[in-house]
Amino acid sequence: MSDVALPRNLAANPILGHWIGFESDGMVRLSPGKVEIGQGILTALAQIAADELDVALSRIRLVPADTANSPNEEVTSGSLSVQDSGVAIRYAAAQVRSLMLDAAARQMDVPRALFVVVDGLIRGPGNRATSYWDLAAQVSLDCAAEVGFSPKAAIDRHIAGRSVGRIDIPGRVFGTRPYINDMTLPGMRHGRVMRPHRPGATLSGLDETTFQKKFPGVLLVRNGSFLGVVADSEHKAEAAVSRLATLSSWIGGAQMPDSDALPDWLKTQPHADTVVEQRGNFTPKGRQRYARSYAKPFIAHASIGPSTAIAQWRDGKLEVTSHTQGVFNLQRDLALVLGLSGEAVRVTHAEGAGCYGHNGADDVALDAALLARAAGCPVRVQWSRADELTQAPFGAAMRMDLEAELSEDGRILCWEHTLTSNGHVARPGRSASPALLAAFSLDPPSPRFEAGDPPLSAGGGAQRNSVPLYDIPNILIRQRRVLSTPIRTSSLRSLGAFGNIFAIESFMDELAAATGVDALAFRLRHLADKRGRAVLETAAGMAGWGQVPCPEGRGRGLAFARYKNTSGYCAVVAEVDVEHEPRVTELWIAVDVGEVINPDGAINQVEGGALQSVSWTLKEEVRFSRDALDCGSWSTYPILRFSEVPVVSVQLIARPEEPPLGAGECAQGPTAAAIANAVHAALGIRIRQTPITRQRIIEELAAQ
Amino acid sequence: MTGALALESAVELTVNGMERCLAGDPQRTLLDALREGLGLRATRFGCGEGLCGACTVIVDGRAITACNTPLWSTAGKTVTTLEGLGDSANPHPLQQAFIDEAAMQCGYCVSGIIMAAAALLAANPDATPADMRAALENNLCRCGAHNRMLRAIERAAVVLKGHSAS
Repeated sequence: MSDVALPRNLAANPILGHWIGFESDGMVRLSPGKVEIGQGILTALAQIAADELDVALSRIRLVPADTANSPNEEVTSGSLSVQDSGVAIRYAAAQVRSLMLDAAARQMDVPRALFVVVDGLIRGPGNRATSYWDLAAQVSLDCAAEVGFSPKAAIDRHIAGRSVGRIDIPGRVFGTRPYINDMTLPGMRHGRVMRPHRPGATLSGLDETTFQKKFPGVLLVRNGSFLGVVADSEHKAEAAVSRLATLSSWIGGAQMPDSDALPDWLKTQPHADTVVEQRGNFTPKGRQRYARSYAKPFIAHASIGPSTAIAQWRDGKLEVTSHTQGVFNLQRDLALVLGLSGEAVRVTHAEGAGCYGHNGADDVALDAALLARAAGCPVRVQWSRADELTQAPFGAAMRMDLEAELSEDGRILCWEHTLTSNGHVARPGRSASPALLAAFSLDPPSPRFEAGDPPLSAGGGAQRNSVPLYDIPNILIRQRRVLSTPIRTSSLRSLGAFGNIFAIESFMDELAAATGVDALAFRLRHLADKRGRAVLETAAGMAGWGQVPCPEGRGRGLAFARYKNTSGYCAVVAEVDVEHEPRVTELWIAVDVGEVINPDGAINQVEGGALQSVSWTLKEEVRFSRDALDCGSWSTYPILRFSEVPVVSVQLIARPEEPPLGAGECAQGPTAAAIANAVHAALGIRIRQTPITRQRIIEELAAQ
Repeated sequence: MTGALALESAVELTVNGMERCLAGDPQRTLLDALREGLGLRATRFGCGEGLCGACTVIVDGRAITACNTPLWSTAGKTVTTLEGLGDSANPHPLQQAFIDEAAMQCGYCVSGIIMAAAALLAANPDATPADMRAALENNLCRCGAHNRMLRAIERAAVVLKGHSAS
């Protein structure tokens, strides 16, 4: 970061006191706009602040994001929290420290260079000392950040860059750190929302008389096709809403595509075409040309804890507690739906279960707000398991059609990728029309919000990682964005990168095989990027690639990507056992995410991302019939179990001088392709569609 | 629920070493009784079908899922939840090991996983890593912290054996 410009998030939220404060009990208040979603971000941000301020990590008190007080750092997503929030905090803290040293220098009339800061104590020559807290009354932090306050050099950091215990873990093992699901308010009642099996269906009939006879004291709330209940206990609300299923009738709604023919269905839908990237003089030379098609289905976020919110109305103003990834974005959409000004809605973050992207957290907040308005008391809504698995947005289905031409000497001359997918991003707070689920059923309804894709320069959506990082002279990447789908989609961890990297890295293996070149050598032949080569060579070395023979009945595959082509580098070697249902037995992963704040935390994120990808790649697929989603239970939407978890080793390549990059999403794509490549190594067949199941393998073997 | 069985009758049981008398509908789940009746919210709702293990507690030495266990069926029994296992002043070796191994990401599944592991290690102090995996087969973790959790359980097993040997 040069000193001619402030980090982006600090420039957008320049008041230092919004980020950092010194509290009367000797603590340091740190108020990031990013939120904890199980990724350990709070610890990493606290490490950065403690290091820059020279205070003990235990002095940092983190304040949950809140629209009333926090800097607006938009959404916690895209593996950007360390690089955006962390760097903003680093610069803010550097300036705060400097302001404090200036004040100490003035007070004692001693040059500031003679001071050292030890755990917030500012020591000068002799025995003269003051502290941040002593000076807090005279140094106003209600001032703007300015350029010219350089943070410490990498070599002078003592807390950032070391593995420290995550600050939130003790409270979780003792049960003393509540999740949003555990919170209560005085006078709070419990709400539930009844949703039709068929997405978009309209409420056509309701037997209110029978309902009221069966459930006296339970409030029935109806607004258009939004139907909910409020009861004194969760147990009663649940019983009431399940009875509503038999007392209500619904008509219309979307017709689902055939779950078994998604790649073809995607191709036939109305779409808008764009060129993502074109370079080189794209004239096919009639040399050996290869064309392959790959696909991935809709995938659920599948959080273990169902989405929950608590809402309370006071004097016409709404207060919501939510595990949203973006308190300000949710505030904006709630205001939009409820006809309020932004100031009349306050959203405070509370921790929930891991979300892995845009799950139901925002939707349930509107459910709670609507029910609380009708009930006139605080209302907590916790979605059912079936709601969590069927009503939250899904990761979009994708089809990737790849073509390449090779030169005589086995180099890729040209590469075409036609990507067909509906949009991957339907987050709230970014549009003139709300993206919250209940808004589409109210009277009058908001138009159903269709997912879009941000431009690649903003990270992209479906097209994320569609451009290969390899050195290929002629490249043409086309995107066909499917304009509408009955299955609601939004950001699932890594967005289009999972599907695109699965396709690109599978195809690279197919091309390597076609030229008779080893998969590692073929990639290195097309990759000048030194950091990319380093992760590939490291992962290969960890696995003994080409040296250690694979056990009988197993195969090994390798894959690589740089997430978003601008973030973390990751290479994965997977070993897969194909004797029965395919099972990953081991993963070797090498990662370069630049400066690492908390190495153990980064390793945890990489391993977690890789294991989630093993689950997606081998098991996960949203199934549906013509008129309903069929994935409302763990029995119909199975995910990876303990017995299926491979041995995982992760090696971080240390780059303390490089900017920090996110670690949570770099492993998903490479893991998927490494698995497909390992299946090919074991059996000589290529599965080009996830999930890679025994059934698909048998079908492919039969087709040979 | 209504009907003859739902007559309001109190259920007596022992929870975390204390005798409790829970009034209200005995048909409601043990999970609901623990969370709403006793305010013990470390036991978590995940699915309501006994399929994810987030609500695992120990009843008379066995790990069970509280979300599909009716309260009446635990009458006279002994229930242990995460809160009863230990606290920051006196942590159970499993709790300490989960801290030492940073054995989670979001941690929502951890309460149930620690309880399932505690039941296993109490019944079988010599549990092998394969036994540990098997004992957790009905506990889901979406974050991918499985290997860390297994390492933590192995670490705790060593500590627990040391305790019983000394």
